[in-house]
Amino acid sequence: VRHARSKLAIRWKLSRRGKEGDVTAFYGVELPTAFMLGTAQYPSPAILGAAFRESAASVATVSVRREAAGAQAGEGFWRLIRDLGVHVLPNTAGCHSSSEAITTAKMARELFETDWIKLEVIGHSDSLQPDPFGLVEAAASLCRDGFKVFPYTTEDLVLADRLLDAGCEVLMPWGAPIGTGLGLVNPLWVAKLARAISGCADGY
Amino acid sequence: MKISINGAAKDVTSTNLAAVLHEAGYRDARVATAVNGNFVPVGPTCVMPDRSWRSGGNCRAAARRVM
Repeated sequence: VRHARSKLAIRWKLSRRGKEGDVTAFYGVELPTAFMLGTAQYPSPAILGAAFRESAASVATVSVRREAAGAQAGEGFWRLIRDLGVHVLPNTAGCHSSSEAITTAKMARELFETDWIKLEVIGHSDSLQPDPFGLVEAAASLCRDGFKVFPYTTEDLVLADRLLDAGCEVLMPWGAPIGTGLGLVNPLWVAKLARAISGCADGY
Repeated sequence: MKISINGAAKDVTSTNLAAVLHEAGYRDARVATAVNGNFVPVGPTCVMPDRSWRSGGNCRAAARRVM
């Protein structure tokens, strides 16, 4: 699990089942936990599998990569992920414009047979900070096209409102710049965002 | 006809997408494709008009890869 990158998703719609624990629902799909894991940079497929088993993550994020002619590498990875028995959340990693993200999302939907998409539109090359304008534009287009969009966003409250207005039911605010492993850099505003979209009273 | 597939120049004789992918070595691969930045879904619509390729088509073929 040490090698895995955990992800935080803020749930817009929650459903509860008794006192045993919360059941997270993303776009109507109930999951035992909102915990997600990435699938990159594991030392081996066995360790990847162990990370998912030990963490009990419900969702695996995957990306679309270019495939060389004659190569079948992607198919092997896909079988590995499918055998984990978790939900697959494709992403648009590496996209720097809304149009590029939209095209990649459509390719991902066809490849992974899901309308879930973790929407990434990168605006700043060094920090990989999302481009808020391109993100909203792409989110609106994809929502209209039937996608269930999980936008990778900052903790900005106004941007969150725009994404919800665009049709998103889930937000994925960054905890720290991608790849830094710094944990929650700005817990105050992430918590504030969570309260805001849950309709809870605000407070510091 | 010269096209670019995933950034690599390629000379092909086929003029529709399915045939181009086959000719380029993606025979059994399950790939999604975009031509000149536009997604092309599988099925009948994968037959592209010739003009797409005459204009120096840029084909992107992506397979199931994980990250």
